Amino acid sequence: MPLIYAKPGEVLHIRSIGGGRNLSKRLAEMGLYPGSTIKIISNQGGPVIIAVGETRLAIGRGMAAKIFVR
Amino acid sequence: MQAQAPMLLVEKAKSTTIAMVGNPNTGKSALFNALTGGNAHVGNWPGVTVEKKEGKFRHGGLTFNVIDLPGTYSLTTHSIDERIARDFILSGNADIVINVVDSTNIERNLYLTVMLLELGIKSVIALNMSDIINREGIRIDTEKMSEMLGGVPIVMVSATKREGINELKDILRDTSSLKHPEFKIPYGDVIETAISKIETAVKKLHIGYDTRFTATKLLEGDIEITETIKNNGGQEVVKVAMREAAQIEESIGYDIETAMVEKRYAFIDKVVRECVKGKSYNTVSLSDRLDNILTNRVAGIPIFAAVMWGAFQLTFSIGGIFADYIDSLFGTLSEIATSWLSSIGVPHLIVSLLTDGIIGGVGTVLVFLPNIIILFLLLAFLEDSGYMARAAFVMDRIMYAVGLPGKSFIPMLIGFGCNVPAVMSARTISSERDRLLTILINPFVSCSARLPIYILFTSIFFPKHQGLVVFSLYALGIIIAVLSAKLFKLIIPSLKGHVSPLVMELPPYRFPTLKSLLAHTWERTSSFIKKAGTIIVAGVTLVWILSNLPAGVKYASEFTYMGKIGSIIAPIMRPAGFGFWQAGVALLFGIVAKETVVGTMGTLLGGEETLSSAIAHLFTPLSAYAFMVMSLLYIPCIATIGTIYRETNSLRWTLFSVLYSILVGWVAAVVIYQTGLLFT
Repeated sequence: MPLIYAKPGEVLHIRSIGGGRNLSKRLAEMGLYPGSTIKIISNQGGPVIIAVGETRLAIGRGMAAKIFVR
Repeated sequence: MQAQAPMLLVEKAKSTTIAMVGNPNTGKSALFNALTGGNAHVGNWPGVTVEKKEGKFRHGGLTFNVIDLPGTYSLTTHSIDERIARDFILSGNADIVINVVDSTNIERNLYLTVMLLELGIKSVIALNMSDIINREGIRIDTEKMSEMLGGVPIVMVSATKREGINELKDILRDTSSLKHPEFKIPYGDVIETAISKIETAVKKLHIGYDTRFTATKLLEGDIEITETIKNNGGQEVVKVAMREAAQIEESIGYDIETAMVEKRYAFIDKVVRECVKGKSYNTVSLSDRLDNILTNRVAGIPIFAAVMWGAFQLTFSIGGIFADYIDSLFGTLSEIATSWLSSIGVPHLIVSLLTDGIIGGVGTVLVFLPNIIILFLLLAFLEDSGYMARAAFVMDRIMYAVGLPGKSFIPMLIGFGCNVPAVMSARTISSERDRLLTILINPFVSCSARLPIYILFTSIFFPKHQGLVVFSLYALGIIIAVLSAKLFKLIIPSLKGHVSPLVMELPPYRFPTLKSLLAHTWERTSSFIKKAGTIIVAGVTLVWILSNLPAGVKYASEFTYMGKIGSIIAPIMRPAGFGFWQAGVALLFGIVAKETVVGTMGTLLGGEETLSSAIAHLFTPLSAYAFMVMSLLYIPCIATIGTIYRETNSLRWTLFSVLYSILVGWVAAVVIYQTGLLFT
């Protein structure tokens, strides 16, 4: 499912990241790549806040729609 | 003593250049300060280090030049900030790199570490925030980690507590013990075979970089390295790399960049598993709980508005207490100076220059020092606590609707302090288009230099609603900025297009230390005082001279040169309600620095003492408001114009910014005045 449907507290794995090459590379460098584990901190309609290790990342909804998790 | 002098000279000659590299929010700036003893800016919004900052320290008879590079997540360039960092590292100008790692967030930070090690540059790893991990009971086996990372020295430090700094300096002193690390990420057979094939081809080219590093970058399709190799006669090598990459992608079924990133993280995972003990995951931290409230969909924006409104209220209520004291201090100073200088026979003209001109003009500006200190202190608190990034977060939806990324809200917030660093901080925005847009609208954000104008006029015309009126001006600045962005996107072809998606780090909330808050505030306040002592003194002196010439006319009357200049501007301002020459002159000199608007009025209208009654006589509350709006919008100050030129590297955009803001300022002032007239 796309990240925008994830619920707070869920621990998920990234399956794939859509969008341009540049973007997926940037995300990878911040710790978001296929296979990495994330935890949803908050998802209230605005940007989604996720935890990648100890980092908290805010991901805009447009972007979150292109990140598939399970 | 004398015998030592020549030795010092010799030592001076052999200085070592150190570059500090790390992710954003790792306390890199704090470590820079701890090393150099300087008071560089320490903040908490992503990408705080926007300028190349340099400092020096001596240790063990050696001199070290330290360069603090902008925070970067990797050695790939996505924004100008990251390009600055990367270009400097690749240039080979640094003898040693200090890789600052946030040890509370080691996995993500080690990604950059791994890239640096692959580059084969001499480096030291500083595991920062040791105090926090000690408190949380986390242990890091630095010896083991060093071994796994090719023998690179690792030191635990706490930049804020000043722990481990000497150890770090000792390692830097023994530079001979530092070697180029022998480090290889195991990429697996398929990729390794490709790398060694490309490496063989690269070796023939004799370029400066590490050959394995170059080969990996070529395989990844790194744009800059590929260009460099092409330009050095390596077209064939690039072709080999592309062919290899295509073959691998076909066999693994997805893109090679992701594959290589995965391998790096797999390696980092192993390092962390073996070297870091006692780490607990999946805890909901206090930060997260705070974020549930502060970034709440419903409450986030009202909370932000309340925080900003509270900040302005505090600025005026506390600042106002001191203002009266400073006011009377300058009054007394002026009186004492006049009587003393006259008594020792100084000519009347010089006495007038010193008292009416300089003490009057500068005094009028410095009266607002307490307000400005408090504003800076509050801004520093918001930045250092981590709230600034949340402000950008909650504003993202609104900004997106306007056509700007949430990230460009941070330069707007910094603009409340000063537009110069604000325009520079737009460097963290990766899309060129969004960056230009952010720069162009920034001068409308009301900086602290405009505050004296507001305080002067509101204290005379709106004494009961000072906070509210000033808040309305700040809000108007933001509204004009936002509307301008919308307009530019609509009518300027090169600024059209989609907003780049938001990906932003939210640093953990931290309670700022008093020391860093004070350092932060002092750094900015001192530049305000410096400005009052230099540019503003020069400005008011010029105003005073022009107000005394030609010889024989009455001081500061409309028959002086100053009056004549003002009289040219005055008719243009008549529809806005302040069509008299003093206002024209004040606005003209305000271009030098906005505080000069007030300084000029002080000089022209007889100093701090008589200023209030003179202004009350010239303006009405309505025309005073229109004048404040004009001062807010009409033109960026010279320093900001210069920065816009430097950052956009375009005379056309700079000129556009100047002309556009003059037009907007005038139109807004006229509309407000004329509309107001209908109701009075």
